[in-house]
Amino acid sequence: MDFSFNSDQLLFQDNVRSFLINEVTPERIRELWQSDSGRCDQLWAQLVELGLTALTVPEQYGGMGLGALDFVLLAQECGYAGLPEPLVETMLVAVPLLAELGEAHEGLKHDWLGRVAEGQARLAVCEPGNPLVSDAHVADLLLLSHGDEVHAVPREDVELVRNLSVDPSRQLYQVLWTPGAATCVARGEEAAKLLGRAFERGALGCAAQLLGLAKRMVDLAVDYSFERKQFGKPIGSFQAVKHLMANVAVRIEFAKGPLYRAAHAVAHGEAEQALAVSHARLAASEAALLAARNAIQTHGAMGYTWEVDLQLFMKRAWALDKVWGDHALHKARIREALFDQGRAIGAGTTF
Amino acid sequence: MDLTYTCAQQEFRAEVRAWLQANVPAEALPSFDTEEGFAAHRAWEARLNEGRWGMVTWPTRLGGRGCDLIEWLIFEEEYYRAGAPARVNQNGIFLLGPTLMEYGTEEQKARFLPRMATGQDIWAQGWSEPGAGSDMAAIRSRAERDGDHYVINGQKTWSTRAVWADWVFGIFRTDPGSQRHHGLTFILVPLNTPGITVRPIPQLNGLPGFAEIFFDDVRVPVENVLGGEGMGWHVAMSTAGFERGLMLRSPARFQETARRLVQLYQANRETADRDPAIGEAVMRAWLDAEAYTQSTYMTASQLVKGGRIGPESSTNKIFWSELDLRMHETAMSILGLRGELLPEAPAAGDVGQWLDGFLFAQAGPIYAGTNEIQRNIIAERMLGMPRA
Repeated sequence: MDFSFNSDQLLFQDNVRSFLINEVTPERIRELWQSDSGRCDQLWAQLVELGLTALTVPEQYGGMGLGALDFVLLAQECGYAGLPEPLVETMLVAVPLLAELGEAHEGLKHDWLGRVAEGQARLAVCEPGNPLVSDAHVADLLLLSHGDEVHAVPREDVELVRNLSVDPSRQLYQVLWTPGAATCVARGEEAAKLLGRAFERGALGCAAQLLGLAKRMVDLAVDYSFERKQFGKPIGSFQAVKHLMANVAVRIEFAKGPLYRAAHAVAHGEAEQALAVSHARLAASEAALLAARNAIQTHGAMGYTWEVDLQLFMKRAWALDKVWGDHALHKARIREALFDQGRAIGAGTTF
Repeated sequence: MDLTYTCAQQEFRAEVRAWLQANVPAEALPSFDTEEGFAAHRAWEARLNEGRWGMVTWPTRLGGRGCDLIEWLIFEEEYYRAGAPARVNQNGIFLLGPTLMEYGTEEQKARFLPRMATGQDIWAQGWSEPGAGSDMAAIRSRAERDGDHYVINGQKTWSTRAVWADWVFGIFRTDPGSQRHHGLTFILVPLNTPGITVRPIPQLNGLPGFAEIFFDDVRVPVENVLGGEGMGWHVAMSTAGFERGLMLRSPARFQETARRLVQLYQANRETADRDPAIGEAVMRAWLDAEAYTQSTYMTASQLVKGGRIGPESSTNKIFWSELDLRMHETAMSILGLRGELLPEAPAAGDVGQWLDGFLFAQAGPIYAGTNEIQRNIIAERMLGMPRA
């Protein structure tokens, strides 16, 4: 029994964190907001250079063959940085979905996965049940669901309609396309399984980013609580302000266990991964929403401005809170496991 | 990361389970806040010790098993699962014991630890004073050096278990000119020393779970000082660290409460579901108890690998105490009209110990450093916010 990450995993997290803090600054994110695509080929190239686009690509296609447990800490850092580029969905959802296709699609996998690893191609993936696909405009290949089918559709075969989000970093598109036999890569039970697993990975990646965002918002608010002085003192010296932040710290601390437990469950395909993922997703959401609320409160009127960087992370948290399953869905999955399926509970039943 | 138990850990669990099955009293002992219950719990400590199950994390030469923290978690899971008696000497074995091992002389360890292990010496704590609660550094009780003795005068309060305990540990001001956390000394005092008056304080349930202790020219030999004169604050912080840390609040305790809460809900679902908030609260209780368990396993895994507990451990107390409160509030909501009834009331039915637990849960956010103080600690030491 060892519920901790190894030194390689922690070192990788440190490296990615340093890179993102230096390269994905709030200034750079604001520049991206002004650009046409909202995305930056140069930044993606830097991610490629760090090896991040090869992480979850299986080794036979030129990748590193790592899984959800290796990626979860990096996803947290992507959240912390507010990285607009769709690294988490690409690596944790789209790549494994493509890699899990049957042998009949060996050619397709071979064509695309190696190029993704090398940074020559990009993927977008639909969230089951969400009519909008994020980052479809910069993808070369879209993985879409249609009824009980999965399709792999080149971008030139679709028409995209942009939908603006509260978070200007998000690039959301309606995808207009005509499903055909040529693009169908899985159907029926197989497709349902693939999409089900993709959903768990998507919700896990979302939870990890939300937890990173929560930490970032606390850090910003704590910094501000030193700068801003009232009654002759930094506002952070007042107990009422301290307790706003402490309450978020408690939520963050106790969302880590569920998040890493879920990453392990997904990485090992455990039978209970839905329960673990939903727990992680709810716990991370609650931490992020409370962080947003208490961070804007700590910033006072400045928190309500466009100028202060809090908005970059707060809006992202509000947006991510609703994707890859809303609270109702995740709570229903937990209730079912707990009350209807009679899962063993009590001391000694956690692992 | 490896979330499976090793063969040795599984065998250990089986051994604990088997011993507890054979030894845990079939009928619950009376509360250890009664004289009869205190004696019964003392006897249980002796029985645990005979099986070498009293202090599994203690070294084998002291009657323990040298268990690491993962094995300790396994032991605790089995202990709570078996419904074994509460630990009447928890102030001794979980707080003072580790502190003695860290700061005690060899003579002190030999003198105190074996008797603590067998339950011959039950320990009370003496931190708070009428004027020193959250502000513990405001301690005024004095211990003045007189030859090879200290002479103690003053008053301690909220001393848990002091009514029937044998010893009290606490900090006293040995430097009369000192201020705040300077000039304090950690001293071990036999409660039968002349000059000591113990006045029981009935708790919410009417039982004397804590007491005031009055010291009137109480003479204690200098060899009862732990960690050296003037080191009291430092030693006490280490003890409080154990208290706030892992050892005292087993996740298993909250997991078992959550399990009983789920059962209570399932058995009363027709009435409970009239308020959808109840099912939600029950689900949340289970999730939070799991999160607390996972967090403890993460900390234990770090420590087993040689890491240290960081300032983030100060989030623990808030989390478990608020969880415990919410769980019992939810149980009371499910019980409805029966919630106010004592178990012996003819109409009580199967209300069990929920009311007792509900009353006890009120204390969680207060003792061992109020949750307000904990939030200050989190803000200042973990998040680095400016001090007041």
